Amino acid sequence: MTSLTRRNFVVAAAAGATLAALRPARVFAQARPRVVVIGGGFGGASVARWLRRTDDGIDVTLVERNARFVTCPFSNLVVGGQRSIESISFGYDAVRRAGVDVVQDTATAIDPVARRVTLQGGRVLTYDRLVLAPGIQLVWNGIEGYDEAASDIMPHAWQAGPQTLLLRRKLEAMDDGGLVVVAVPDNPYRCPPGPYERASLIAGYLKANKPKSKLIVLDAKETFSKQPLFQEAWKNLYPGIVEWRPKSQSGRVVSVKAREGVVSTEFDDLKPAVANIIPPQRAGQIAIALGLDEGKGFCTVDPRTFESKVAPGIHLVGDAIVPGAMPKSGFAANSQAKVCARAIVSLLRSRPVEEPILLNTCYSYAATDHGFAIFGAFRPGDTGLIVDIPGTVGTSPLGASAQDRALEARYAESWYSNITADMFA
Amino acid sequence: MAAATRIRVPATARRGEIMELRAIIMHPMENGFRMETNGEYVPVHIIHTFVCRYNGAEVFRARLEPGIAANPYLAFTTRATESGTIEFIWLDDDGTFEVAAATVEVT
Repeated sequence: MTSLTRRNFVVAAAAGATLAALRPARVFAQARPRVVVIGGGFGGASVARWLRRTDDGIDVTLVERNARFVTCPFSNLVVGGQRSIESISFGYDAVRRAGVDVVQDTATAIDPVARRVTLQGGRVLTYDRLVLAPGIQLVWNGIEGYDEAASDIMPHAWQAGPQTLLLRRKLEAMDDGGLVVVAVPDNPYRCPPGPYERASLIAGYLKANKPKSKLIVLDAKETFSKQPLFQEAWKNLYPGIVEWRPKSQSGRVVSVKAREGVVSTEFDDLKPAVANIIPPQRAGQIAIALGLDEGKGFCTVDPRTFESKVAPGIHLVGDAIVPGAMPKSGFAANSQAKVCARAIVSLLRSRPVEEPILLNTCYSYAATDHGFAIFGAFRPGDTGLIVDIPGTVGTSPLGASAQDRALEARYAESWYSNITADMFA
Repeated sequence: MAAATRIRVPATARRGEIMELRAIIMHPMENGFRMETNGEYVPVHIIHTFVCRYNGAEVFRARLEPGIAANPYLAFTTRATESGTIEFIWLDDDGTFEVAAATVEVT
């Protein structure tokens, strides 16, 4: 991660002028409107594609620092050894073919007055509307002693890629009988059910290959997403392997000593063979550097347009925003991106913005043939936050048959190929 | 009442150092405002006082009220002065109490 601090990130706003006082300049009717999207993950790649699908008279530039995107969804299957990292990695060729100018670079400065983005490589992009989809950054030392160096020893694997493979290698290298710890932060964080899916798939690997081993989930919370479904699966599939410790049972990790291999909670010191520490998170640095989070870690947006509440003309989607009742998920980012893209087209074409409905489904695997989901539909609420539509929110039932769980595992796979095709095919 | 307690005291500390001490008790902290299905109130049942003693001398005391949530967790600091025992005492309004203790070596 580049170090983009508030200090070295250039915000060339006029002195004394707040960002909220700025208005995007009028688009000349005859000019092709220009949209710049920063970040090529679920949110950004989807916005870029759906802008072009909605109105191909708009020029879209996507700035992404990596040549390939590795998805966090399904990366727990790589950790568990059930999938390869190549199978969850995507290039941007199809995005380019769709007419998006994909620039592999990093934005180093944004001028919201002149509506200009400067890239590390020197290129300067002008825009009528800017979309930021920077995802999350990890808050180093949010857990005492857990910094970037510590993550080489105790991987977080919460940004898919080398960290995912590092955690996998550590599990493979562990002796039978070892203790694995998965540390989960307090809300809000990316992918609420993700840590528990990970614990399940690691437990599956342990049961098959290292059956004397144990896994403890150390949780900074008292409850978690799809809890009854996960706990039912742990009882049935991995008895004696998975233990979950909530905050009140000394589950919250407060410090680590990575070199000594010690993970400390409020009342216990553990010395696991493999420690997976998922630290607290906040919006990607570009949003923080612009002050779009108002010091709160995540950014508030208008739920109809996904325009920043702080800086008009700048939109945000995905894990970097305060999503109201929606979770921070790839599905949610994709749904927000579609709404955002349509709203941007409406704004650029001086048409009224539609009243959106947003969707989310999060599938989780307890084993490769054991899936379940949480789902819901959402809309802008009266308070300006996204709220759920009553009657649409639910989960897969408890006590479902093995066949039904196997079917849901196949639905999950189908979801994954559909959503990745929506962005990258 | 037999309640589970957990405490955290550093094993060693340097003289003059500020030590963080932590203590939790598993307790329902019934606030007296909840009703049973028969319409009667569940009686108040809380830990009303917490005391910490360092070699017998009180270094921290807290009065807990019915508005405090179940499983009250307290973290506080004291200065390391000498090796010895740190005691944690929870007083229950049913008249019982819980004690937990640990030693610290001060160098």
